[in-house]
Amino acid sequence: MWWRSASFILDKNDSFLRDDSETRLLSPPPSSSMAQTLDPNLTISPYYQTRAAHHGVVTSDWLAQAHAAAGRDTATPSSEPEASLNSIGSDNSFSVIDEFNNWRKQPDLAEAVAAIRALASVIRSSQATTMMELQNELKTASDSLKSWDMTSISLTAGCDLFMRYVTRTSAVEYEDFDSAKSRFLERAENQALLLQARKIIAMLGQDFIFDGCTILVHGFSRVVLELLKTAAENRKHFRVLCTEGRPDRTGLRLSNELAKLDVPVKLLIDSAVAYSMDEIDMVFVGADGVVESGGIINMMGTYQISLVAKSMDKPVYVAAESYKFARLYPLNQKDMVPALRPIDFGVPIPSKVEVETSARDYTPPQYLTLLFTDLGVLTPSVVSDELIQLYL
Amino acid sequence: MDSRRAPRTVIDPKVRQVGFFAPPDRSQSVPLLQNSNSPPSPPLSDLSPSGNSLSPVMIPPPRHLSDLSSRAVPVGFPPNRLLSPLHRFSGESVIPVGSYNPSEFASPSVGDFFEEKNAQSPGPRRSRGVGGSGKFASSLPAGGFELPPEVKPKSLTTVSVVSNLQPNVTEKVGEQSNESQDGRGANSKPLKEKTSKAERRALQEAQRAAKAAAKAEGNAGSGVANSVNTKAGKASKAPVQKKDNVSVAASEKRGGERMTDKDRKKDVPHPRMQFDDTSRVEKAKKRAVVKQTEVRNRVELFRHLPQYEHGTRLPDLEKKFFRLNSVHPAVYKVGLRYLAGDISGGNARCIAMLQAFQESIMEYSPPKEKALNRDLTAKLNSYVSFLIECRPLSISMGNAIKFVKSRIANLPLTLSESEAKTNLLSEINKFINEKIILADKVIVQHAVTKVRDGDVLLTYGSSSAVEMILLHAHELGKKFRVVIVDARPKLEGRLLLRRLLGKGISCTYVHLNGVSYIMSQVTRVFLGASSVLANGTVYSRVGTACVAMVANACGVPVIVCCEAYKFHERVQLDSICCNELGDPDAILKVQGREEINDLKDIANDENLQVLNLTYDATPSDYVSMIITDYGMIPPTSVPVIVREFRKDQILI
Repeated sequence: MWWRSASFILDKNDSFLRDDSETRLLSPPPSSSMAQTLDPNLTISPYYQTRAAHHGVVTSDWLAQAHAAAGRDTATPSSEPEASLNSIGSDNSFSVIDEFNNWRKQPDLAEAVAAIRALASVIRSSQATTMMELQNELKTASDSLKSWDMTSISLTAGCDLFMRYVTRTSAVEYEDFDSAKSRFLERAENQALLLQARKIIAMLGQDFIFDGCTILVHGFSRVVLELLKTAAENRKHFRVLCTEGRPDRTGLRLSNELAKLDVPVKLLIDSAVAYSMDEIDMVFVGADGVVESGGIINMMGTYQISLVAKSMDKPVYVAAESYKFARLYPLNQKDMVPALRPIDFGVPIPSKVEVETSARDYTPPQYLTLLFTDLGVLTPSVVSDELIQLYL
Repeated sequence: MDSRRAPRTVIDPKVRQVGFFAPPDRSQSVPLLQNSNSPPSPPLSDLSPSGNSLSPVMIPPPRHLSDLSSRAVPVGFPPNRLLSPLHRFSGESVIPVGSYNPSEFASPSVGDFFEEKNAQSPGPRRSRGVGGSGKFASSLPAGGFELPPEVKPKSLTTVSVVSNLQPNVTEKVGEQSNESQDGRGANSKPLKEKTSKAERRALQEAQRAAKAAAKAEGNAGSGVANSVNTKAGKASKAPVQKKDNVSVAASEKRGGERMTDKDRKKDVPHPRMQFDDTSRVEKAKKRAVVKQTEVRNRVELFRHLPQYEHGTRLPDLEKKFFRLNSVHPAVYKVGLRYLAGDISGGNARCIAMLQAFQESIMEYSPPKEKALNRDLTAKLNSYVSFLIECRPLSISMGNAIKFVKSRIANLPLTLSESEAKTNLLSEINKFINEKIILADKVIVQHAVTKVRDGDVLLTYGSSSAVEMILLHAHELGKKFRVVIVDARPKLEGRLLLRRLLGKGISCTYVHLNGVSYIMSQVTRVFLGASSVLANGTVYSRVGTACVAMVANACGVPVIVCCEAYKFHERVQLDSICCNELGDPDAILKVQGREEINDLKDIANDENLQVLNLTYDATPSDYVSMIITDYGMIPPTSVPVIVREFRKDQILI
């Protein structure tokens, strides 16, 4: 199963940008490298476009870029896989990516759930008459979804999860094809159950917050926000330190939200983490993806925060829904598909200067204390256990 | 990480018990003897399955099980004590009557011989069968173990003879599994009386017929004749009731030290012999097919492992080829090749063994009165014990044997002989194809994704899986360089080096001494493994741990490639308790350089202990990832694989 998920492409850090511009979706001829690094369309991974849209990125130019990107990506990227699909000859999966894009525009919907919804719509519109046919259709649809955005872990994980369900409940259980189909649909809608995941996690996680504690939060995670909200509603008294979360300033948004809840918040710049670590009791982060080793892939900076926390013996808690569990196993930071995004430095950068635009890093399991998931509170090593049971 | 290390210190004291089980056993036996008349309580039987996880086939015993097994002793214990004198009595009463040579009666090796010999001797067959039931637990966890307690009460009041199916079953199965225990003090005569009268009659009939048949065939093996057991006679002739009546008196007459001695041997069912137990070693020697002379200066701390003089065994065994009819020629050949070192490497050895088994199964037909699946298991056990004498089993082989046995045991009785055989053959084929060959392919698929352009890959020794990975990555056109680390005395890396260079891969060859220097250039370490244990410990060619630790210190990810059939549920914390010792001469001498003989005259010095270890254990902390046929998993997930995927193999 896993090798159909995002495989680790060979990322030569220097050549990637240029390769990318050619192989990827969009095609303005690279006039100069200056223009390249500044043009968001070339470097934003679709995943981060969504994030930008959802999380209300603060800078105005970034917003403009994101809008431009969002406008274009619905037009361009869907056309490419579509072409490839048409060549295969399946004519009802044309809508997958549009469908997916529609779903993911909903701010509260996670990518994985959107993917599952999109696949469900494939089933609904499918004219397949046999199980095998349907499975093949779904497979092409999910493959095209996955290849459309290799960088999104939860998209891949969501597709895998749903496909897993479909292939596992083969026709053995339902002789009647229609009942099987409706069962799949039901299951897909049921993934709405996954929406409850956040609530479960919040309930589990807020027990770890004790009165008078200080929590460091990195990045804007809806789960972490939900968790903090639940804790605040349960009249826990705690203080939150938010990192700024450059370059998309996700921390600003989080501090905004928390201020609305009357939680005392303090903003830090990202580089002040070590400075303020001694007044912190615990670190909360979300996750883009939880990988097989039990480590997480999350917004850039999580790794260094975990390192600092570990060296100062502070617990690092991760809140992540189980559909973010992915069958990936990065060995180190470079062993991932990089998700790229533009970084606004405020001043023009000379073309000779390289910019690290990767948007996320990998935190190995030994730096994490616990994972709060809808499956329960897990140690990192249990993740692999769950994944094996899920996929094998 | 810390959490992984913590238990180590906790368990440490236990580890130091290497090979000292006898005292605890005896101390425990004393209180137990006192209430030996009361039937064992159920909880005891609950305890006993703890020994289950051991395969009967010499998977080296989990260290921690040693105390469990001693706890399990009670189950089989009381009756032993009660009955053994009785047994002796009956034995003596028979001597004048029996037609066997009385001198053989004294032979202590009763109960340890190969199946064919048993076929001739009715008495011991049965007796061992019952006694073996205790051990039987180790081979078939689910069913067998509760039986001994059930049987015991009956043995106390033997006259109530109603033919009962269950004991019968235990008896037979136990008998087979007992074979595998050979030499582990499997002496179980005393329990003989458990069988009901009717059964015994039936058995006697059967055995007489078998005996007649065997005689007709003309059994020539000298070793075989030696083992014919006097007790055969007494068992068949001594009237059952008489025995029962006398039993109590007898037990009083002959209690004493001889008995405790016996009990002690009996009570620790050891799948793997502890070679520092002299009495047991003596017994094993008597029954051994392969003549083995022990090394003079045995290495301290490793006394529990077999340390034999190398070089003498092979010619000796070759001479015996035509005299060993208990071992199938194909198995014999494989054994010789193990001994000579022609076949090495977990997969190769395992496949060779399975193919030899296939060959022997093809030519096998069960004796008339025996069920195929019973007799064949016994047969297999005799083969296995022969192979062990040639070279201790690898864990992969142990698992494969476990698999074959489970398949034999699960053959439906309704199958005809040829059907059963083809069934088995195809099962073994399937095992080889799916668990070994296909598994390797999947591993390669997974591992190749971890090789990127510009990588420098380091490997140690020669692992078939790693070699395939390197070749496949090369075929895919990835640009990488390989560092082969090698070590004396085997220098297995040279062949790998030759093969890789032949394919045009650029290689660096370095000895283990240079590993810390070379490691700074390396980006990935790929290692093979003989086995991966439940705590994530990687059991592999000696030197692997060193490489892994250096890599860890340099921050290089260590990837272990190991097929899932090599996983084992045992936990091992050091390389001492289970290991294999190679030829000490190999590290004293330099091959092909006769002039380097600085150690020549002191090789037999009393103060010199030469240790040539074959395997070592790499703690899981130093392993970044294990690639198996089930995907890439962290070392912490090994027990999950064992739990999820082994159960079907054993229990179905």
